[in-house]
Amino acid sequence: MSVYLDHAATTPMLPAAIDAYARAMTVVGNPASIHSQGQHARRMLEEAREQIAWTLGADPIEVVFTSGGTEAINLALKGLYWRRQRDVARPRILVPGGEHHATLDSVEWLAEAANAQLSWVELDGLGRATADAFLVALEQGHEAHRRRDDATFATASGLGFDPASETALGTVLWANNEVGTISPIEQIGSVLAARGIPLHVDAVSAYGHLPINFRALHEVGVSALSVSAHKVGGPVGIGALVLPRTVDVVPLIHGGGQQRQVRSGTQDVAAAVSFAVAAVNVAETLAAESVRLAGLRDALIAGVRAVVPDALLNGPDPIGAASIGAESNGESAARLASNAHFTFPGCEGDSLLFLLDVAGVSVSTGSACQAGIPEPSHVLRAMGRSETEARGALRLSLGRTSTAADVDAFIAALPGAFVQASRAGFADRDVSRG
Amino acid sequence: MAAMSGGVDSAVAAARAVEAGHDVVGVHLALSRMPGTVRTGARGCCTIEDSMDARRAADIIGIPFYVWDFSERFKLDVVDDFKAEYAAGRTPNPCMRCNERIKFAALLEKALDLGFDGLVTGHYATVTKDADGNHELHRAAAWAKDQSYVLGVLTAQQLAHAIFPLGATPSKAEVRAEAAARGFSVASKPDSHDICFIPDGDTRGWLKDAIGATPGDIVDSDGTKLGEHEGALAFTVGQRRGINVGIPAADGRRRFVLDIRPVTNTVVVGPKEALAITEMGGSKFSWAGQPPAHPETAFDCEVQIRAHADPVPAVCVLAVCDGEPELVITPTDPIIGLSTGQTAVVYVGTRVLGQMTIDRTVSAVPVAVQA
Repeated sequence: MSVYLDHAATTPMLPAAIDAYARAMTVVGNPASIHSQGQHARRMLEEAREQIAWTLGADPIEVVFTSGGTEAINLALKGLYWRRQRDVARPRILVPGGEHHATLDSVEWLAEAANAQLSWVELDGLGRATADAFLVALEQGHEAHRRRDDATFATASGLGFDPASETALGTVLWANNEVGTISPIEQIGSVLAARGIPLHVDAVSAYGHLPINFRALHEVGVSALSVSAHKVGGPVGIGALVLPRTVDVVPLIHGGGQQRQVRSGTQDVAAAVSFAVAAVNVAETLAAESVRLAGLRDALIAGVRAVVPDALLNGPDPIGAASIGAESNGESAARLASNAHFTFPGCEGDSLLFLLDVAGVSVSTGSACQAGIPEPSHVLRAMGRSETEARGALRLSLGRTSTAADVDAFIAALPGAFVQASRAGFADRDVSRG
Repeated sequence: MAAMSGGVDSAVAAARAVEAGHDVVGVHLALSRMPGTVRTGARGCCTIEDSMDARRAADIIGIPFYVWDFSERFKLDVVDDFKAEYAAGRTPNPCMRCNERIKFAALLEKALDLGFDGLVTGHYATVTKDADGNHELHRAAAWAKDQSYVLGVLTAQQLAHAIFPLGATPSKAEVRAEAAARGFSVASKPDSHDICFIPDGDTRGWLKDAIGATPGDIVDSDGTKLGEHEGALAFTVGQRRGINVGIPAADGRRRFVLDIRPVTNTVVVGPKEALAITEMGGSKFSWAGQPPAHPETAFDCEVQIRAHADPVPAVCVLAVCDGEPELVITPTDPIIGLSTGQTAVVYVGTRVLGQMTIDRTVSAVPVAVQA
C-alpha cells in the first residue's frame, strides 16, 4: 500500500478534470483563429477563464494564464519591477526570506541584472511575515541605503530618500509552502498601499485551501496574485496571474499579443478547461474539506507527538500545546488545514524520507530540490532555526484523497523510521560545529 | 546500497549487484552545495547532469534512487584536507581520503544504520576471504584498470561490507559494452580523471585561488638562491618543467624539484639522482584486513606510490620511531620522485596488505636542510 502525504508538491488530478482535459484535446481550433472552429475553441477557453475567475473572486479579464505558478510569479515580480522603473528609479523590493524559490531566485536575478535592492522582511518564529515586519524592512533598508550615501541613486530617484517612493514592490507568500503558516496579506497590502507600493501575493500553496476573494484583496492593496492548477487537482503546465485592469506589467514573453499583450503565445484550451473543472470543484468543496483536512491534520500532529514525543512542530500549533517559536507570537497564528511540519531532533530528514519511502509512505523534507539534491530548508533558517534543526525536518501535506487510514499508516511507520534514522544520525555531516 | 556517481562503472556495478540477488538501492552523493549544472569537458563527476545520469541508470536497472547530501563532510574531510596538505608542502591523494572518510566511512555507516548490509561501488578491485573467513583486498583482474591502490585505506571491517562487482571484469571495454547492452545512456561517457572538485583539471590554478600564492626563492640543495617562484604550491616534488632559474646548473643537467618548504616558502631544486628515495616512513598506516602475524620482522613486499605507478619490490617492517609505531618501507631500488603526503600501498602478490601516508623520506643524495 502506498500512502501519499506530499499533496503540497502536487496533488492527484481530479478524475473529472482528466476527462475534461482528454475531451478538450480532441477539439481542433486555435482560440485566436477567426473561423468557426477557432470560435468554438475560444468559447471553451473563455468559459474556463470565467470559471477560474469565479473561484478567485476576480473578473475574467484579470485572469492571465501562464505555464504555471513559477511563470506567474516571475511575470508579477519582473513585470511590476520593470514597469515601476519607467518614470523614476524605484530599485527596492520588499521580500521575506522564507519565500518560494520562484520568488527568491527572481528577485535575486533582478538584483544582479537590473540593479534591484532587496530589503529582506524578517519572519517570526512561526514563519509569518507581518505588516510590521514589512515596515521595519522598509525603514531599515532605507537606512542602510542612506548610509551607503549613494548620490547617484538620490539623483536618479529625484525624490530624495523617501523609503516608499524608492520601492518598486513588495511580495509575500500567503501560505508558506513548507510550514503552511498563513501571513496576514490584507494588513500587509494595506500598509504598503498607504505608501503607494504594490504588493504581489504568491497564493500557489493557499489556492484550494483558503477562500480567495481577489476583489476584496485588491481593495486593501493587493496588486497581483499567482496560482497554479496542479495544486488544486488540475494539470501541471498551467497557472494564472490575477492582474487587475489598472495594474500594468512589462511582459516577459512577447509575440502575438494574446491576453492583454501581457502573455503572448497560443493559449492552451484543454489545459484551461481541465484547470477550470478542478478549480470549481475545489472552490465548491473548500469549506467542508477544510474542516475534514484540519481534523486529519490534528490527528496526524497528535499521533506524531504520541509516538515521538521529542518531535517539534514547526509553525503555528492548531492544537494548543507549545510549538517552537510560539513565544515570539503574541497573537494567534494560523496554518493551512492540509499542512503539518516537524523537526525530528537527531535525525537527518533524508534518512527519514528514505525509511518512510521503503515503508510505503511518501513525504517531503519540505525543502527545495534541484535535480533531487537536497539543501537545508531556507524557510526554517529564516524562522531562526539552526541548520541542524532545518535538516531534520519533514513536511506532511494532505489533500482531497487523504484519509484517516493514511494518517494511521504514517503514524504506524514513524517510530521504526525514527529509531533507525536516529541511529544513522548525522553521519553525513560534521556535527561538532553545530 | 549502490553508490552511483553517474559514471558507467558504478551503473554496471549496481546492475550486477541486482543480478547477483541483492536488494539494491542506488544513492548518489551530492558533494557540493553549488554543483555545476552540466558537465564541462571530460572531467568531473559532481554536476547535476551526473546525478541525472545516475538516476536514469537506476531507472533502467529498476531500483529506487536517492541523492544524499554529503557536501559538508566532503568539504571538511576531503577538500579542506587537500588544501591543508598542499599548504604544508605535501602532496595528498583526495580520492583515497574520500574513500577513507566519505564513501567507506560516513556513507557506509549511514547505510548500515539505515539497514543496508553492504556498499556496492564501481571500483576495479576484488574482495576475497582467506581460509579463516577473513576478508582480503586484491587487485582487479584487469591490471590496467586496477583501483586497489585507492582502496588501500579500507580496514577489515570496511572490507566486510564492500562489494566490487567489477573486480573480475577483464577490461573496461567489456564494462562499456555491457552498459550499452543494458541501455545505459552513460555507456560511452568519458572516464572521470583527476580530482572531481577541480573540474577543469587545473589543480595548480585551483590551489592558487584556494590558498593564494606568495613569491619566494628557488634554491639549490646547499641553499644557494637560483631564482624566484610565484608560489611554492605551483610545484610538486619531481617536477622538471617550469623551474624558472637564470643560472644553469654547473654540470649543465636539468634540475628537478626536490623539496617544497612551506615555512620558508622556498622550492629546492637539484639533479635527478637527488630525487632517488631509498627509504620512506609513516606513522599513519592501516592494514587492509588481517595484519601480518609478525610485522615487526622485516618482510618482502611490493610498494606502489601512486594510483597508476608500477609496484616495485621492497622490504617493509613495523618499527618504532620516537616511541610511536612507524611503518618503514625500503624499496630494493630507489624510487624517483616521491613526496611526503603521498600514500604508499603495500602489496604481497595481488593482495593489498595495507597502506601508509608518507611522513618522511630518506634520499640517496641528502638535501641540506637549510632554513
